[in-house]
Amino acid sequence: MSRIQESVIIRTVVRIMVPFIELFALYVIIHGAGGPGGGFQGGVIFGAAIILYAMIYGIAEGKKKMSDALDKILASTGLTIYAGTGLLCILFGGMFLQYGSVPLIPDNPALVSKYLIDLVELGIGTTVAAVMISLFFDVSPPESEEGELPDYEGVDV
Amino acid sequence: MKTLALLVVVITGVMLIYAGQDLPPFGDSNTDMYQHRMTQYFIENSESESGVSNIVTALLANYRGYDTLGETTVIFTAGMAVMLLLRRRET
Repeated sequence: MSRIQESVIIRTVVRIMVPFIELFALYVIIHGAGGPGGGFQGGVIFGAAIILYAMIYGIAEGKKKMSDALDKILASTGLTIYAGTGLLCILFGGMFLQYGSVPLIPDNPALVSKYLIDLVELGIGTTVAAVMISLFFDVSPPESEEGELPDYEGVDV
Repeated sequence: MKTLALLVVVITGVMLIYAGQDLPPFGDSNTDMYQHRMTQYFIENSESESGVSNIVTALLANYRGYDTLGETTVIFTAGMAVMLLLRRRET
């Protein structure tokens, strides 16, 4: 275990910060309709939260939070939500991804479009977050040494 | 080799700075880009048509939703490719 990972300060700060980073990621995704933000940015922030946790608590601990199987499921679920929304529009007689054609709220296609855009952004965020986390785990060092990162030489904690 | 790398970086930087001089002033509403009828159309109609107040999101998820679906597929495919190439087999 490296000296950074042993530090009580860093472990405590990370444990406190991770839920807030995840909350901020969800805020960025949902806020995409009304201001800066969106699925891509929010997804990367969510992925960064899990990556931060895995960096400090070890790869094995990180994989308990986000296993490889869950990664694969979430990555494909996000894309399915997006494509499924598009197909839903065809089902209700519109064109592919023509959100207004879904009769979710009567006589207000713009509002339906707003909610379906949020759904689509959520799908993008899910895929991006899962892919970011899986990329980090894929390039991380082997698990044989209980999932620890290499020692950062010359770094004082 | 280091000299060559430095040369490439300097040349690229000089080209970027040179090209940057021709960019329209930030926030100028008299440029061709802003006066284009597509831009005017999106500014006037994107909120009433797509329901979101952010024009960027309206373009990204509504007018160009098909493009964004492709972008998400690219990210998904890249992740799956890295997973296939690098993930160690469970032995």
